[in-house]
Amino acid sequence: MLTLEKRPQPSKAWVYAAPILAVVITMIVGGGVFALLGKPPLEAIRTIFYDPIFGDFASYSRPQLLIKAGPLILIAIGLSFGFRAGIWNIGAEGQYIMGALAAAGTGLAFYPMEARWLIFPLMILAGFAGGMVWAAIPAFLRIRFKTNEILVSLMLVYVAEAIQASMALNLMRNPDGHGFPGSRNLSQYPSSANLELVANSGVHWGVMAALTAVIFAYFILARHRFGFDVRLAGQSPRAAGFAGVDAGRLIFVCLLISGALAGAAGMFEVSGPAGRVSIDFNVGYGFTAIIVAFLGRLHPVGILIAGLLMALTYIGGELAQLSLGLPGAAIQLFQGMLLFFLLAVDVMTSYRIRFGKTE
Amino acid sequence: MDFSSINPILLLASLMVAATPIILAAAGELIVERAGVLNLGVEGMMITGAITGFIATVTTGSPWIGFVAAAAGGAGLSLLFAFLTQFLLSNQVATGLALTLFGLGLSALLGQGYNGIKAPEFPRIDIPVISDIPVLGPILFSHDPMVYVGIGLIAGTWYFLKYSRAGLILRAVGENHEAAHALGYHVIRIRIMAIAFGGACAGLGGAYISLVRVPQWTDGMTAGAGWIALAIVVFASWRPWRLLIGAYLFGGVTVLQLNLQAAGIAIPVEYLAMSPYIATILVLVLMSAGRAPGSLGKIFHASR
Amino acid sequence: MKRRTLLASGAGAATLAMMGLPARAQDKTKVGFVFVGPIGDGGWTFEHNNGRLAVEAAFGDAVETVYAENVPEGPDAERVLTQMVLGGADLIFTTSFGYMESTMNVAAKFPDVKFEHATGYLRADNVSTYSARFYEGRAVQGHIAGNLTKSNKIGYIGSFPIPEVIRGINSAFIHARKVNPDVEFKIVWAFTWFDPAKEADAAKVLIEQGCDVILQHTDSTAPQAAAQAAGNVYTFGQASDMGEYAPMPRVSSIIDNWAPYYVERTQAVMDGTWTSVDTWDGIGRGMVGIGEISDAVPADVKASAEALRDSIASGAYHPFTGPLNKQDGSAWLAEGETADDGTLAGLNFYVEGIDGDIPS
Repeated sequence: MLTLEKRPQPSKAWVYAAPILAVVITMIVGGGVFALLGKPPLEAIRTIFYDPIFGDFASYSRPQLLIKAGPLILIAIGLSFGFRAGIWNIGAEGQYIMGALAAAGTGLAFYPMEARWLIFPLMILAGFAGGMVWAAIPAFLRIRFKTNEILVSLMLVYVAEAIQASMALNLMRNPDGHGFPGSRNLSQYPSSANLELVANSGVHWGVMAALTAVIFAYFILARHRFGFDVRLAGQSPRAAGFAGVDAGRLIFVCLLISGALAGAAGMFEVSGPAGRVSIDFNVGYGFTAIIVAFLGRLHPVGILIAGLLMALTYIGGELAQLSLGLPGAAIQLFQGMLLFFLLAVDVMTSYRIRFGKTE
Repeated sequence: MDFSSINPILLLASLMVAATPIILAAAGELIVERAGVLNLGVEGMMITGAITGFIATVTTGSPWIGFVAAAAGGAGLSLLFAFLTQFLLSNQVATGLALTLFGLGLSALLGQGYNGIKAPEFPRIDIPVISDIPVLGPILFSHDPMVYVGIGLIAGTWYFLKYSRAGLILRAVGENHEAAHALGYHVIRIRIMAIAFGGACAGLGGAYISLVRVPQWTDGMTAGAGWIALAIVVFASWRPWRLLIGAYLFGGVTVLQLNLQAAGIAIPVEYLAMSPYIATILVLVLMSAGRAPGSLGKIFHASR
Repeated sequence: MKRRTLLASGAGAATLAMMGLPARAQDKTKVGFVFVGPIGDGGWTFEHNNGRLAVEAAFGDAVETVYAENVPEGPDAERVLTQMVLGGADLIFTTSFGYMESTMNVAAKFPDVKFEHATGYLRADNVSTYSARFYEGRAVQGHIAGNLTKSNKIGYIGSFPIPEVIRGINSAFIHARKVNPDVEFKIVWAFTWFDPAKEADAAKVLIEQGCDVILQHTDSTAPQAAAQAAGNVYTFGQASDMGEYAPMPRVSSIIDNWAPYYVERTQAVMDGTWTSVDTWDGIGRGMVGIGEISDAVPADVKASAEALRDSIASGAYHPFTGPLNKQDGSAWLAEGETADDGTLAGLNFYVEGIDGDIPS
C-alpha cells in the first residue's frame, strides 16, 4: 500500500527534480505511443523537444516560442495571484475575448484616423478595461451574494463567445470584407498595429508585456504587502482576517488583476498576430493558461518556464506533424500526458511517498 | 411570420431527445460535484465514450453493448483523473482541463478507421397503448430507450441523494470532508466511486451522440456538449430534478430558436445563445439554495 | 528534378541572412497542406486530404506531401506555414478562408514558394486562389428538390450568412421554383460549419415544420440521419458523397473534388510553369462532383437533372441567368443576362421569392 506523508517543508530538491522527471516519463510513455503508431519514437521526441530550440531553423522557432508563450504567460501571471489566495477565476478565456473586443472596438472607432500615439495606448487601456469589467462581475457577485466565482467566471466565457460572434457578424464586420464575417485587420492599420519590436522575429509588445508582468509579479509577491496578503489568505484565511486583510478587497483586486492581464493578452493578440476579430478568434489561451499557472506552481519564474514548455509542445508538435506525419491527435494526447505527469509528480514536492502501512 | 407552422408537440418531443446527452453527462457530474469534486473534463470523457461506444457497437452490432463500452470508456478515463486528484492530490481544475485535452486526442486516435461508417440502428420504441395517447403519447412515450434511461438516471440520483444512506454519506463528504473523515468515512474511496460514476455517465452521453443523434463517428463530434453539461449542473444548483428542467431549458432554447428561424421569424441568434448562461448566473445569485457543496474543488488529504 | 535556391529576393535574402539558412537543393517536390479541421471530419477537410492523397498517388516518389491538421486560423497558421516553407515546401495549399492573411504574409516573405489559398480573394505573384462553383451543384439539387417535394416546403440548413452560402441558397431556390412554382424555402442558420447535434436539431425542426426535402450547407451527416429517422424526407450529401445514406434519404450529393486541381498545380510547379491564377471551377472541370442520383428519384426527374448538370458542365447554361429580381423586387438580371463573377463572389442578397432576411 502506498501512502503519502506531508513534508514539514516543501522539498527543495523535488521542486526542481519533479518537472524534469515528468518530462522524462512523458518522453518514455509518449515514445511508446508514437512507436505503436508506427513512427520512430526517438526522432519524434527529438523533433518535439529539441528541434524548435536547436534544430536547423531554430532561429525562426525560438522567437516563435516567445510569441506563442506570451499570452499564456501574461494570463497565467494574472491568474496566479487569485489562485494563491484561493480565488478561482477560470473564466480568463472570456476576459481575454472581452479585452480583445474592447481594444478592437476602440481601434475601429478611430479608423482610418492616423494617430498612433493616441489610438494604440487607448487600445491597450481598453484591453485592460474590457478584461477587468468582465472579471469584476464574478468579483462583485462573490462579495455581494457569495456566489461561486468558479462557476460565474466559467459561464461568462460562453456569454463572451456569443458577444464575439455577434461582433464579428454585425457591428465590427469589415465593410470591405466581401461579405465575410470578421473585422478589419488591425495589424494592417498603422495606428492600431501591435508592431514587431525586433525586426523579422515577430516579437511584439505582448511578449514585452508578458516578461514585464513576470518581473512585476515576482517583486510584488516577494516584497510588497499585497503579495504577503495573498500568500497569507491562501494559507490560512482566518489568519489573514486577524492580520487585517480585507477579504472582499482581496477578492476584488485579485480578480481585477487577472481580468486586466487576460484582457491585455487579448488586446495584443487581436492587434498583432491574429489581426482581427473573427467568430472564433479565441483559441483557448485562457484555459491553457490555467494549466500553465499550475505547472509553474503559481510562481512567476515557474510560470515563465511552464509557458515556454507549453509553447514548445505546440511548436514541436507541429514540426512532428510536418516532418514525421504524426497525426494531430497524437500531439494532443502527448500534451495531455505531459500535463498529467507534471501534475502527478508535483505531489513529491510537498509529500513523501511511503510504501507499506504506516499505522 | 408564421407561428402556426411550429408544432408544439413535436417541439417538445425533439427537445427531449436533444437534451438527453446532456442529461446523461450532467447527472454524473452532479454526483461528482456533490461529492466535493470538480471535474472539468466532462467533454473529454464524453468524446471518449462516444468513440468506445461506437467501436463496440460497430464490432458487435449491438448498441446496448456499445453503451456499456461507452460507460466503461468514460469511467476508465475518469479513473485517471481520480488517481491524480485523489491519490496524488493534483489540482482538480488543471487536471480536468488536461483530461479534456487528453480525451480529445485519445478519441481521435482510437477513431482512425471508423470515419464514415454508419452505426447499426438503435430502434425507437413506441410503448404500446400509451404511445397512442394524443399529445402526451408522441411527446413522452415514443422515444429510443436511452431517453428513458436519462430520466431514470435523474430519478435514481434524486432518490440516492435524498433517501439512501450512501447518498447521505456522499453529501457529507462533499460538504465537509474533514468532518466526514472524522466520522470515519473513507473520503477518498467515496470520491473515486463518484468520479467513476460521473465518467460512466459522461461516456453514455457521448455515445448517445455517436450512436443515436448523428449516428456516426467524426473527430470532435461532441462539439462542446460537455461544457454545457457543466453549466447545467450549476444552473440546477446541484438538484437532480432541476437538472432535468435545466437541460430542457438549455436544449429548448436551441430548438426553439431554430424553430423560430424556420418559421421565418427574425431573431438575434447570438443573444438567444447566451441567454441560458446568463440565466444560470442569475440562478446562482438568486437562489440561496444555489450554494455549491462546501468542499467543491478542494484537495483532501488525511493528515496524521 | 529542378534545383532551386530558397529565398531569392531582397526581403527573402534578409530573412535568409537572419536565419542563417543555407540555400538548399532538393530532388523531390514538396507539397504542403494546411487543414482547418481534422482529416477525419468526413467533410471539408476530409475531401481536401483526399486531394492530397491523389497528389501522392499521381506522382509517387517524385513528390512528398506534408500536412498539418486542426490548425487554428490566425497566428498559428502563419507559423505552421513558415515551418512548412523552412521544411522545404515548394507549393502549399491553405484550405480555409481564414488563412487568407496568414498566406499573404508568409508568401510575401518567401517569393519563391508557391501558395494556393482556397476560397479567398487576395492574390499575389506567388499566391493563387481557387474555389469551386458549388452553386452549380446547388442548381441540380434545387431541380431535384423542387420535383420531389410534396409539401412544397424545402428546408435549408445554412452555416454562416456569407456569399458562398447565400449563392447556394439562391441557386437552389431558382431551380426549385422553375420546376415547381409553389415551392417555398425554410432557411435555418446553424452558425457553425460542424456541430452534429445542432445540425440534427436543425434538420428535425425543418422536418417538423413540414419540409420533406432538406438541403444542408454544414458538414456532418447528422441531418441525413434525422431525415432517415423521419422516413419520407429527401436529403443531399454535402462536401463528401455521404453514400452510406443512399438511396434514401440521400438522393444525390455535391462532392468537393479537389484532386484534379491539386494534381494539375503540382504538375505546374514541377514543370516550372506555375503562375498566379484565380480559379473558380465548377462541374465542367470536375471540381464540383454530382454524386450518383439514386433510384429514389423518378427516372424522368433523374434524366432532366442530369441534362441540367450536363448543360451547366458544357457552359451552355449558367445557373444565374435572367430574368431574375432581387428579393425586394428590384431588377437584377435582365432576360438572358448572366451574373458576373464579381457580383456572385460578394453576393449578399436573396433573389425574389425567398422569405426571410439574411442575418446581419
